[in-house]
Amino acid sequence: MNMQTHAIDMQALGRQPTSNLDTADTSLKVEDLRLFYNQDAQALHDINLEIPRQRVTAFIGPSGCGKSTLLRCFNRMNDLVDGCRIEGSIRLEGDDIYAPGVDVAALRRRIGMVFQKPNPFPKSIYENVAYGLRIQGINKKRVLDEVVEKSLRSAALWDEVKDRLDESALGMSGGQQQRLVIARTIAVEPEVLLLDEPASALDPISTLKIEELIYELKSRFTIVIVTHNMQQAARVSDMTAFMYMGKLIEHDSTDKLFTNPAQKQTEDYITGRYG
Amino acid sequence: MTEETRKELQQVSSASLGSWVKSGEPMVWINAAAVSMSVIAVIGLLALLAVRGFGHFWPGQVLAAQVEDGSSVRPIMGEVVDQVEVSGEQLRSAGYTLTGPGPFYGRSLLKQGNRDQYGTDFVWLIDEQVKERDFPTTAMVIERTEWGNFYGYLGKVISEGEVVADAADDDGAAWRAFQTSIDQTLAVREDIHHVERVEIGHINYELERLRLRQRSLELQGKDTPEALAELAERRAELDAEYRVLQDQLRELYASIQDHSYTALLADGREVTLPLARVVRAYRPNDMSLLGKIGFYFSKLWEFLSDEPREANTEGGVFPAMFGTVMMVILMSIIVTPFGVVAAVYLREYARQGFVTRVIRVAVNNLAGVPSIVYGVFGLGFFVYFIGAELDQVFFPEALPSPTFGTPGLMWASLTLALLTLPVVIVATEEGLARIPKAVREGSLALGATRAETLWRVVLPMASPAMMTGLILAVARAAGEVAPLMLVGVVKLAPTLPVDGNFPYVHLDQKFMHLGFHIYDVGFQSPNVEAARPLVYATALLLVAIIALLNFAAVALRNRLRERYKALEH
Repeated sequence: MNMQTHAIDMQALGRQPTSNLDTADTSLKVEDLRLFYNQDAQALHDINLEIPRQRVTAFIGPSGCGKSTLLRCFNRMNDLVDGCRIEGSIRLEGDDIYAPGVDVAALRRRIGMVFQKPNPFPKSIYENVAYGLRIQGINKKRVLDEVVEKSLRSAALWDEVKDRLDESALGMSGGQQQRLVIARTIAVEPEVLLLDEPASALDPISTLKIEELIYELKSRFTIVIVTHNMQQAARVSDMTAFMYMGKLIEHDSTDKLFTNPAQKQTEDYITGRYG
Repeated sequence: MTEETRKELQQVSSASLGSWVKSGEPMVWINAAAVSMSVIAVIGLLALLAVRGFGHFWPGQVLAAQVEDGSSVRPIMGEVVDQVEVSGEQLRSAGYTLTGPGPFYGRSLLKQGNRDQYGTDFVWLIDEQVKERDFPTTAMVIERTEWGNFYGYLGKVISEGEVVADAADDDGAAWRAFQTSIDQTLAVREDIHHVERVEIGHINYELERLRLRQRSLELQGKDTPEALAELAERRAELDAEYRVLQDQLRELYASIQDHSYTALLADGREVTLPLARVVRAYRPNDMSLLGKIGFYFSKLWEFLSDEPREANTEGGVFPAMFGTVMMVILMSIIVTPFGVVAAVYLREYARQGFVTRVIRVAVNNLAGVPSIVYGVFGLGFFVYFIGAELDQVFFPEALPSPTFGTPGLMWASLTLALLTLPVVIVATEEGLARIPKAVREGSLALGATRAETLWRVVLPMASPAMMTGLILAVARAAGEVAPLMLVGVVKLAPTLPVDGNFPYVHLDQKFMHLGFHIYDVGFQSPNVEAARPLVYATALLLVAIIALLNFAAVALRNRLRERYKALEH
């Protein structure tokens, strides 16, 4: 395979050496997942996938390929869509999250999600971060103070906002808002962090900050990120899954997928022939 | 200028007209015109109400003159309150002899007062027949609790059968003595009012409660001799208290009974009148501008703070104001939770489909139902059905006289709440629909349930919309009169719905309302001329109160909106 045909030069990205993938346990396991909207419109076809713990897995693919839909299956956000039906199973640490009797709210505390557009609540910065804890009935000021500070530090936001915690979160910049949303999500200590194109609405500098943050956070969380930006996928992820037309085409280590893809379709996509 | 250039110019000008239309400027002008018309209409309305209504409290000059009609001459006295031009034809056919050139003659409406003497308060005069016009400084106006105003000159001030002062000897001293006597009797009347209304009212209320308790004991078969004896003992106590108050009252009445004054009418007759009926006496022709301004504000304050007198044509409108505000507040307390809960169900929980569409259409149509229909419904359902059931269950001891089975404050508030419910539902639903999906998902993704998301994020964000609904509801409810006539408003309520007797707020009582007050004073009054300025003043007051309630709600909404502003894009 000729390296020059590839749009992405892995060495030039200044990537950290990939964590050892072989030693990672499986966090999320997807088996024969099929998803239908309104009876006949099938959005996902027989997805089989294992997502390793404390690694970053990126989903790439052209618009409408189903990568966001798959991501939203992990914390059952698709439950909110009328007429959406799911077959197959997704297991978090061995437990089927679609089994009857599963507490969806509890599941979502274990699998946090950050959306494409920053969506802070119209509350103070402090209350935004404390929201998840208050939902769980934790109202002790001391505990909340501690968690808020810790989460904001983890999201690399503490130094910027520590003097204005009581101000509205809506007065922050877009990049700050997105990091606040990440802080809010990790405040409830989830196991998995789902990021749905977290930097697509941000400027390059904010994007860089988010990427650095993802790198920091992967030691503590299993991270799944959907992105349109292949450079970003190559920079931040350990594993990459390429999807096309609701199917999982290829799933491999990022190094391998970007330098030596097994499928023709993958190669065409990452070299920019379509998508 | 040649023919050609002229044609060219015409073409240019017609082209410029076309481009002027195209530029959109005519639209701007039309819009501006529409806005100015609305503003002028509002200002005009308020100005009319203000001028007609609030002019009423200004002390007018008292005219004393001679009216010569043919050979007869009679003296008159009073305030000119209106002037019109009438055709001579009309006057001649009415039997007047006219001497002026015509064809139009001035005619004035004179408020001559002294209904007890002349039979009517108002009389029309042909201006040219009024001779020897004068504004004597000693002319006095007396406001009385009965028979309307008195116009005349002060004679003697009499106390316990003896003449204290005589205006014929020393006018200044007599006037001062008169004012002192008035102040004294007013103070005594205040005491009488307090004893009658508050203290005796309280005892009557307690006695009624004792009667009801005895009746309820009888109904329950618990009327043991001990219980009855206890009640009788308490009743005896109250009776004793009552007798003391009765003596006190008799003394108070006696102390003002033998004070009187004599006054001279315009025609020179002297009449003797009781001082106890005097509310205030003044000499408008003798007042300085400052004095008149002071008088104006004291009259205005009386209008706002006093109870009505003389079939609502005199005195104040405080009970009506109180009733209006009280009813609107109760209505708001009822309608807001109901409307919000209904909207939340429709928008957040119900499966969107045919049924919700039908419900929405029904709700929207409810907003268009004439208000009198709600009144009929309120009377039939709330008063006669629910009220009667409530009486059977909770107040059997008072039957057959109804407690809640009769129109009252609660039913009026409920009826208006029903009337304004669609407004609140529609506004709240729109507010809920505007909240971004992303914010809801953000909350759900943090492990909040739908209810928690609704309560902690969605409803606070929709609160400005709820306030909008409430503002519209208040505006509609405060001005509504027709349904209230069926479900609780009366022309004169003896007591306010809030007083010092347990349980302090009496939702079963009938109440007064400014809107109905306007109707009653303007159209049901025995003395239309006297009442007309009050109609305007009351209308302005009603507008002011609605505006005030609205401003309060708008201010609150703007604060809420400020908080959630950044999300509305």
